[in-house]
Amino acid sequence: MILIHCPYCEEDRPEVEFTYGGEAHIARPADPAALNDREWETYLYIRRNPRGPHAERWRHAHGCARFFNAVRDTVTDRFEVTYKTGEARPGDAK
Amino acid sequence: MSGYRLSTGGRIDRSRPLAFSFDGQGYQGFAGDSLASALVASGVTLFGRSFKYHRPRGLVGMGPEEPNALVSVDRGPARITPNLRAPQVALHEGLMAKSQNRWPSLKFDVAALNDVFGALFPAGFYNKTFMWPRSAWEHLYEPVIRQLAGLGDSPVARDPDHYDATYAHCDVLVVGGGMAGIAAALDAAAQGGRVFLIDEQDELGGGALSDLAQWADLNALKDRLAAAANVTVLTRTVAFGYYHQNFIGATQYLTDHLAPAQADGPRERLWRIRAGEVVLAQGAIERPLVFHGNDVPGVMLASAGRTLALRYGVAVGQAVVVMAAHDSGWRDALALAQAGVTVAAIIDVRGVVSADLADAARIAGIAVHIGSAITAVHGRHAVKGVTFAAGGTGRGARLACDAVLMAGGWTPSVHLWSHAKGSLVWNDAWGAYLPGTAIENCRAVGACAGAWDMGTGAITAVLPNRRDVRAQKAFVDFQNDVKARDIHLAVQEGMRSIEHIKRYTTNGMATDQGKTSNLNGLQIASAALGRPVAEIGLTTFRPPYSPQTFGALMGHHKDALFQPVRKSPIDDWAREQRAVFENVSNWRRARYFPVGGEDMEAAVLRECAAVRNAVGMFDASTLGKIEVVGPDAAEFLNRMYTNPWKGLAPGRCRYGLLLREDGFIMDDGVSARMADDRFHLTTTTGGAARVLGMMEDYLQTEWADLDVWLTSTTEQWAVIAVQGPRARDVIAPLVSGIDLSAEAFPHMAVREGTIAGVPTRLFRVSFTGELGFEINVPASAGRAVWEAIHTAGHAFGIVPYGTETMHVLRAEKGFIIVGQDTDGTMTPFDMGLDWAVGKKKPDFVGKRSLARPDMSAPGRKQFIGLLTEDAQELLEEGAQVVADPDLPIPMPMIGHVTSSYRSAALGRTVALAVIADGRARIGQTIFVPMPGKVIRATVTEPMFYDAQGSRLNA
Ligand SMILES: [Zn+2]
Repeated sequence: MILIHCPYCEEDRPEVEFTYGGEAHIARPADPAALNDREWETYLYIRRNPRGPHAERWRHAHGCARFFNAVRDTVTDRFEVTYKTGEARPGDAK
Repeated sequence: MSGYRLSTGGRIDRSRPLAFSFDGQGYQGFAGDSLASALVASGVTLFGRSFKYHRPRGLVGMGPEEPNALVSVDRGPARITPNLRAPQVALHEGLMAKSQNRWPSLKFDVAALNDVFGALFPAGFYNKTFMWPRSAWEHLYEPVIRQLAGLGDSPVARDPDHYDATYAHCDVLVVGGGMAGIAAALDAAAQGGRVFLIDEQDELGGGALSDLAQWADLNALKDRLAAAANVTVLTRTVAFGYYHQNFIGATQYLTDHLAPAQADGPRERLWRIRAGEVVLAQGAIERPLVFHGNDVPGVMLASAGRTLALRYGVAVGQAVVVMAAHDSGWRDALALAQAGVTVAAIIDVRGVVSADLADAARIAGIAVHIGSAITAVHGRHAVKGVTFAAGGTGRGARLACDAVLMAGGWTPSVHLWSHAKGSLVWNDAWGAYLPGTAIENCRAVGACAGAWDMGTGAITAVLPNRRDVRAQKAFVDFQNDVKARDIHLAVQEGMRSIEHIKRYTTNGMATDQGKTSNLNGLQIASAALGRPVAEIGLTTFRPPYSPQTFGALMGHHKDALFQPVRKSPIDDWAREQRAVFENVSNWRRARYFPVGGEDMEAAVLRECAAVRNAVGMFDASTLGKIEVVGPDAAEFLNRMYTNPWKGLAPGRCRYGLLLREDGFIMDDGVSARMADDRFHLTTTTGGAARVLGMMEDYLQTEWADLDVWLTSTTEQWAVIAVQGPRARDVIAPLVSGIDLSAEAFPHMAVREGTIAGVPTRLFRVSFTGELGFEINVPASAGRAVWEAIHTAGHAFGIVPYGTETMHVLRAEKGFIIVGQDTDGTMTPFDMGLDWAVGKKKPDFVGKRSLARPDMSAPGRKQFIGLLTEDAQELLEEGAQVVADPDLPIPMPMIGHVTSSYRSAALGRTVALAVIADGRARIGQTIFVPMPGKVIRATVTEPMFYDAQGSRLNA
């Protein structure tokens, strides 16, 4: 049972309170109609699936119900950091 | 047949004899005995049969590693527990145990013929032999294998015991109550924190319990533990899994060591413990030696012989031979001799052993054969002697004995360390993997860390023997009958990874999870591959450390507590009316309301006819409901749903179709605009949480600029559907503040007023095709309003109807049920819902995906109706549809039946289906092959009743 830190509640809570939401920082295109099929496919389906640190979305579904982002190591399952939606991945230049 | 009770010694209470039975025969042991020690003391050598060859098997170890002596313990009907390890079964008065894997008896086992034909069962046998044809699996292979194989019998009746569960938090958790574990717990306790010490045995002490010299120290440590108020000691507790962030799962066995009559309270308790620091003191497990005949009953681990003698006062035999590759075997031989057991010889495969040990053996009068190996074990059901030879070559010499103790070195128990993803480092001296770097806040101490003096040893793959390994019955995994030659065969056939070798040979895959076989298997694979062990790796350890009961894992989560049952405010009324219920997601819903002795078919036909001819009432409270509020509410819904929402006037309703971003239908429902900035959404019963989650996702993460609030109101509203030509007549006297006339209150409108004095959001909507209302009232008033309508409807012949009738009525109208008529791969176009897609909208969730060529390509399945040629033939939902039933099997399937009912209104059956290019097939005949017949049906529009909708708009 992993404890996950909700950046909104500012508490470590058991993982059963959370749901997983896939890779983070994939913004829905402002004008999907402007994308060709390959670009739309990339947006919709293509994911990095890294071995190691992975920025991903979580939702504190049975808590504050907020979505937030986390960097989790896919090898160790360790959460390196969690941060609020809209914030840049910690350590990223952008 | 020669184990016996020593006249003195052991930690048993000789003043308390206990009677018990094994395979129906009566025996006697003492308080403090395990089943295994009491049986060995009674001269029993044969404990079970092996899994594949049904070879006679005896006891190997005296702990959790035991692979052979698996027993079923019978504590009364429904309380039979299979696959218990005899050394870990505490003896109590009246214990009834049975051996396993034998038929008809332990001594004479028919399937032992497998052993005679052993060459037929090489490594990979299962993979190679039982391949084809598939039907042979069902009818021949599997039943026979199951008959012969099975590990004990499951109880057939319901488990009458109950199981407790609890959480605990501590600063330090120590797993393993041997000397190292106790010392660690005392150290931690001195720091002042909260300490847990858990151990799987009946009493603390671990290996020290089998070492007279440590008893005084052990007692002193136990006194100190008892005095430490901040230490919680849990014995008979198995830490079976080590999960993230120092979360440990452990099962405490509360009553199995007691006679059933004395057992009170829960049988087991599941502990979920979160610890600041975890200290692993799991000790080490001795390794068997791999040699020809090492599975004859009476060949066991030297540590088991020591434990039997020192802890239980039991001699394993009259004349014991120790086969050693490790100093610990010598120490055990000396301890046995001191306890009064006759040690006939120590045979050591090493050319040199320490002078101290050699001298001690000489003084004890034990014959010693250095640089030698056992090359054969004589006897089938029990050891009668061994042949040993210098260097394993030559004919050797024969030595009479009735027990052989193997000392192959020690395997540190790194199971939990590995669960926690700690690294493992190969250690040449131990010939084993030791804990390396931890990821969690965890450390290992004592033997499991390699930090214990066990002596030194030589690591051997297979003992030298003049016979080729392929001609030897040299077992590696006793329970799964894996021989050294099987591992050689696996390598010969191209397996390189230890994970492949494991699966191909099944080495280490039995209930003991390779506690005695993994390292030996690895050594043999390493030798066969000519590569160092460290390069081959190690198979992964996974929880549970030892088998656990489902009962403990379930705990209180059974029966009514298995999962929540959601009940509508009208549930009680339906129960009083003897409704038959069904479960829809977590909801309990009235399926039909039988009158007299009606079955479902009769009840549903009557309910349907009542709605079509007069009026019916239906509890729709389970519909998902979301209140959408805010200045951007309309803009938000416009982006979510396929159809336009901004132009919807307050007081009007609209059918909303929701896609996933991939363009496939996710949910639907009718929603109403209550005000400019307020919508009352409905979703399917099962989809409510999913839809709210998806909407929150877009709102929070994509469109944070929108000022909208979503609130789940599913359980705030009771919803009563009143449907049928007399629906208006029924509710009119109860409603105030709303003009119910068709002109003032048309189909797909919503009004606020009161009904039966209760505020209501009154929807004029219909899922039946009839004039209808869906009356939303606060849940607390749901039953009162329901009863008021029921009473008012009496004069009009009102009938309560359930979900089954609801399904039939909507199917007659071709209204889809998402999840029944759709399956997650259907587009709006597939389902004939083009009209619900706003073509002019620049964007909505899923729109871009609908533009992909495949989403409108020919050949897609389309939603249509089916009418069977025989009007009374009822198609089966899920049945496959074909275009030509005369094609050879497997013939192409073009779709399947999604909904199928008897229609009271039509006096015949109707069905809905999705089939390839369905709309182009309207008017054609398709076929539904069923066992023994082929049903012919005509493809129709998915609309069987009142296609013009005149009843709806009445
Ligand atoms: Zn939160």
